[in-house]
Amino acid sequence: MKRYLVLEDGAVFAGKAFGAMTNTLGEVVFSTGMTGYQESITDQSYVNQILVFTNPLIGNYGINFDDNESLEPGIKGVICHHLARRPSNWRNQQSLGDFLTDHQIPGLQGIDTRELVRHLRSAGTLRGMLTDDVSDLPAIVAQLKATNPTKGSIAAVSTKSVYPNPGYQRNIVVVDFGIKQSILRELAKRDCNVVVVPYNTTAKQIENLHPDGILLSNGPGDPMEMISAIKMIAEVEKHYPVFGICMGHQLFALANGAKTYKMKFGHRGFNHPVRDLASGKTYFTSQNHGYAVDAASVKETQLTVSQVEVNDGTVEGLRHKQYPAFSLQFHPDAAPGPHDAASLFDTFIKLVDDQKEAHHHA
Amino acid sequence: MPKRKDIHKIMIFGSGPIIIGQAAEFDYSGTQACLALKEEGYETVLVNSNPATIMTDNQIADHVYIEPLTVDSVSRIIRQEYPDAILPTIGGQIGLNLAVALAKTGLLDELGIQLLGTKLDSIDQAEDRERFKELMQDLNEPVPASQTVATVDDALAYAETIGYPVIVRPAFTMGGTGGGICHDAAEMATIAANGLDLSPANQVLIEKSIAGFKEIEFEVMRDAADNAMVVCCMENFDPVGIHTGDSIVFAPNQTITDREFQMLRDCALRLIRALKIEGGCNVQLALDPNSYQYYVIEVNPRVSRSSALASKATGYPIAKMAAKIAIGLTLDEVLNPVTGKTTAQFEPALDYVVCKIPRWPFDKFTKANRHLGSQMKATGEVMAIGRTAEEALQKAIRSLEIDAKDLILPAAQAADQASLEEKLTHAQDDRLFYLAEAFRRGYTIDQVHALTKINDYFLDLVAHLVELEKTIQTHKQDVPTLQVAKENGFSDQTIAKLWGVTANEVRTFRLANQIHPVYKMVDTCAAEFTSATPYFYSTYDHENESHRSKKPSILVIGSGPIRIGQGVEFDYATVHSVRAIQSQGYEAIVMNSNPETVSTDFSVSDKLYFEALTLEDVLNVCDLEQPVGVIVQFGGQTAINLAAGLAQHGIKILGTTVKDLDAAEDREVFDQVIKQLDLKQPVGLTATTPAAVLAAAEKIGYPVLVRPSYVLGGKAMEIVYSQTELEQYLQTNAHATVDHPILVDAYLEGRECEVDAICDGHQVLLPGIMEHIERAGVHSGDSMAVYPPQSFDADIKAQIVAATEKLCVALKCIGIMNIQFIIHDHQVYVLEVNPRASRTVPFLSKITGIEMAQAATKVILGQSIADQGLTPGLHPEPAMIHVKAPVFSFNKLDDVDAFLGPEMKSTGEVMGSDVTFAKALYKAFAGAKMLLPDNGSVLLTIEDADKQRVLPLAQRFARIGYRLLATSGTAEFLKQHGLHVEVVDKLHETGTNDILDAIKTKVDIVVNTMGHDYQKNSDGFVIRQTAIEHNVPLLTALDTVDALLTSLENRSFTTQAL
Repeated sequence: MKRYLVLEDGAVFAGKAFGAMTNTLGEVVFSTGMTGYQESITDQSYVNQILVFTNPLIGNYGINFDDNESLEPGIKGVICHHLARRPSNWRNQQSLGDFLTDHQIPGLQGIDTRELVRHLRSAGTLRGMLTDDVSDLPAIVAQLKATNPTKGSIAAVSTKSVYPNPGYQRNIVVVDFGIKQSILRELAKRDCNVVVVPYNTTAKQIENLHPDGILLSNGPGDPMEMISAIKMIAEVEKHYPVFGICMGHQLFALANGAKTYKMKFGHRGFNHPVRDLASGKTYFTSQNHGYAVDAASVKETQLTVSQVEVNDGTVEGLRHKQYPAFSLQFHPDAAPGPHDAASLFDTFIKLVDDQKEAHHHA
Repeated sequence: MPKRKDIHKIMIFGSGPIIIGQAAEFDYSGTQACLALKEEGYETVLVNSNPATIMTDNQIADHVYIEPLTVDSVSRIIRQEYPDAILPTIGGQIGLNLAVALAKTGLLDELGIQLLGTKLDSIDQAEDRERFKELMQDLNEPVPASQTVATVDDALAYAETIGYPVIVRPAFTMGGTGGGICHDAAEMATIAANGLDLSPANQVLIEKSIAGFKEIEFEVMRDAADNAMVVCCMENFDPVGIHTGDSIVFAPNQTITDREFQMLRDCALRLIRALKIEGGCNVQLALDPNSYQYYVIEVNPRVSRSSALASKATGYPIAKMAAKIAIGLTLDEVLNPVTGKTTAQFEPALDYVVCKIPRWPFDKFTKANRHLGSQMKATGEVMAIGRTAEEALQKAIRSLEIDAKDLILPAAQAADQASLEEKLTHAQDDRLFYLAEAFRRGYTIDQVHALTKINDYFLDLVAHLVELEKTIQTHKQDVPTLQVAKENGFSDQTIAKLWGVTANEVRTFRLANQIHPVYKMVDTCAAEFTSATPYFYSTYDHENESHRSKKPSILVIGSGPIRIGQGVEFDYATVHSVRAIQSQGYEAIVMNSNPETVSTDFSVSDKLYFEALTLEDVLNVCDLEQPVGVIVQFGGQTAINLAAGLAQHGIKILGTTVKDLDAAEDREVFDQVIKQLDLKQPVGLTATTPAAVLAAAEKIGYPVLVRPSYVLGGKAMEIVYSQTELEQYLQTNAHATVDHPILVDAYLEGRECEVDAICDGHQVLLPGIMEHIERAGVHSGDSMAVYPPQSFDADIKAQIVAATEKLCVALKCIGIMNIQFIIHDHQVYVLEVNPRASRTVPFLSKITGIEMAQAATKVILGQSIADQGLTPGLHPEPAMIHVKAPVFSFNKLDDVDAFLGPEMKSTGEVMGSDVTFAKALYKAFAGAKMLLPDNGSVLLTIEDADKQRVLPLAQRFARIGYRLLATSGTAEFLKQHGLHVEVVDKLHETGTNDILDAIKTKVDIVVNTMGHDYQKNSDGFVIRQTAIEHNVPLLTALDTVDALLTSLENRSFTTQAL
């Protein structure tokens, strides 16, 4: 069946449909990762977005149920050059097409994805619609221009109720802005007793959970929408070690008076080199963000830039000058992507343990 | 970190002659490294014995030495140049071993010379089996369990502890001879016993078999500041068990999840960090297809064939970056030359699929053992890029320059079920075609997987293409089907075959329906950043990114994969042609399919199309680029073969016209030209019946040179001196038929020589005459040759020059031409003409200083010889003497007869230069690894016909203190002439192995002229094979022996009684 991608600037890409037979609307973004389509598709940070894979072949190792990053993917569509005919991997449990059908996600293949990426690269991120009917293009374009697909995304994907991810060692409260399960896996590996709370949890509610540390998760959309969370962070950072990842990083910045901005087409992929400014070391990181922290705005705050992207200088990490709090724009939890920065979880754990120790002796 | 200021002059080693396992990739890496160091302002000294390389050009390094890569020779250069440092990791294993050997002599310490890049200790740790195993244990990285044992009982006991299947690898045998895989104790008992017997050390390694695992390779880089990255991950189509150099390889990895990928990536980075590599490194891993279990197979602590492939597959220039790392720069401070914006600390993202297929020499070595295993057998490789894996695979197949241009192989179609399954189970070079045939016959993927262990995903690519074959066949002239076919890489030619029309008709139909390829850029970043890399591949997709420039352009066709007869020499000529085109104000566009070469470095030309070199693919590029014309004279036979088709489509072939190219290649037309010019050529006749052959010989007069027009191995060409001999030849060697006529030529005894001439239509420039050392019967590519000629007087040279001038003008050569002559009775006879650059071009260019490919290109573009400031005629001869020696790869191939004949067998060449012929010869032999002791022993096994000729040679061996060993007949003959000879028994006479034991233990050189013994069990063949297996120098032509003696005599004292 034919299916089209219509962009808000009127560009149309015609290809073949796969996955669910529904029309959807979302922000069109691309990822340059060559593996990990399953993790990306199930990453809640992609909620209300249509994801284009630059790797020309997707679905080649199928889908397995261990590598999901969320139970209910909120992505609005998957676009690839070519869907594999025969997935092959020992853990393969379902084909990508069937998985998308099950989760009501439409797919589009057989378009020149490189052309689309080049288009997005010069036009910047665009709103788009996956549809099988392009008879009234002006109407579609008008609808796209009138919609903000990512607005309210965090509220939609964040957990509605508090739930535990039990362990023994440290009490960590994780604020869910659209959490990737890999973050919980990393905490579990380090034997944390985790309580996951909704995005709008107040500082007081968190205090009542007696945490040893707080982790601010990744999530979709514009950080400026999270007014209550920004307030919460400004309060809790005074008392507890804080670790922000991706959205959590941007909120940490905002809570301390820095500013964020929307990037032209964002960073999505695994090959972004990041330099740790203290050690000078570089590592490759897993990234998925359309907003970033304005470096100039950091100067006026109690924060220091601790990491930058090697090529474009984007702020990739912040550290509080006074409190045991830091944040990362990229995903040290990887999944998908390189594990090079996984030790930054240990950095957080050390902050937590040091603080515990200090309290113990205090 | 800023680059080092304490060093100024850096020495680099090349990898020597092209052999199997060490091909053009090291010319590419060496050239890149030299240029990178120059760019950073260092003075460079390059040593390589291989003249056929770009890296040995004066523009590439500041001081170029074409000298043997031996400790002795390089030490001399070091004491002359006093480099501050050596970069040893660029010239393959040869370069690395040389650096290690030099360090051991203490010379480097004595002169305070540093080794740049990866430290020697790290190299040793990666290469020493035991140390590597220890390191892996320390790092907790799994390696297949293994142990060396000396008895069958120990072998059985160890196998029991690690579990079957296991691999038995005899120690110190060539190409894994005598080893094998054992599935149970019974097999083990037999194979281990055999392996122990064959191993000179009486040791075998018992290793847990991981055959069938996925083979995944990482190209990794690291700098001194510990920044590390993966340039490329590649996945082998063929599972573990076949050498990666002999495997079909895809990039990026195709069948592993992110979790598996990151696990293996972590491992690769742990290894490069643990080994403290500073530069590039190749990590080979094996992954269980059914679990997370993986094993480290090996680590190569240097740039390699795989790194060249990865560079071309991603656009990321590994060798260049490795050189920059070696002088202290870090990855995050060097710019990525592809984007010009990002740093070199960047892991490339691919938005296409790359397929590499090895190119094997079995079209030349038809009797060789074609089974693939742990010993690499391919001489070269091709790479293709597509937007689907199917497209990449099919483009790679048609790049191979073999008979098959797609998955349809008549031999596979004719195979019965048993042989089909045998071909699937025990992989040979042509397994791919048998896979396709199995699917055509209805085998399921599961069935084929059971036979091959190849991953289902890869098998499905082939199955898909076979399905499409059927669809295409049943949908003739159907546009949507054609579109799908093209997206999956089907050529016009294959579609034509399936539609029952001509390729040209498909092309016309295709273009009429607006189905044409677009060209996409290789930019390292999947279009995330703007790049201006002039590096493109074709695909049937939507947006075209390659735009014709306003400058007039010229397309140069490269020479495709390295194979016997078409080596790196042609890449040299291609690159030089590009330089000349640019100097004349044109844009130079290159098309080639070989990832190992300098010509496929995108920085060499104005635009690179990485494409198959078929008519369709070249026409497609011409359609887009509308070049002024195409140059075909430098890409060997590959390019020449395209000329006629291109001309038919209205593409201008620059230089010699297609009609005139044909005149040189068509025997009848050529004979006419020779007659008209009043030149001489050996009388030749063709006969299709035995009687006619005899009559022809009678007419020409004995001796005659007879050969079937169709040669299939063996010694098919022979010189016969009488009718009796000819009758015998006809009975045993060749059967004349209408399809396979026999060629009978007058045999002229004499010296052969060749010239490469540049002609502008009026005037002719001969840079030099190269005299062959071996007489007729040995292919010119396998002959040693000397420049300037040693046995031609002024008159002969004048005759050669006159004949060359006449031929060039008469054949309307515009550009370059190669002519072979024989000098008989002081008369010059023309043997053959090749209307293109030959393999001697780089050799003569370097010696004479005339950049022949550039001069020829300029002529082609309209600048006459005089306009170029060159003087027509024979270039004045230099004072130095230069000798070219061929190099062979026999020890990598089983069952290939090392006897030299009319079919070319060498894979590479070396050059030796010095002030006397003898010294130059010595260096050439040294470069070819023919280093002999002062007092050694020589085994002579000579055919009766050669006995008179061998006597003076034997006497000379005796005079320089060599012991003579010979079989009874030869020994008797030599004893009669007063020589002291030790008799060794022939194999078949006595059934003993004395002669083979002698080769293994006490012989330094074997001279064997028993060319009639080409059966695998014949004495001559077995003797040659044994010499090859034990690395004993072997000579099969007495002229080479003569030359060798000349070089040996020169360095020894003559001992003679008064």
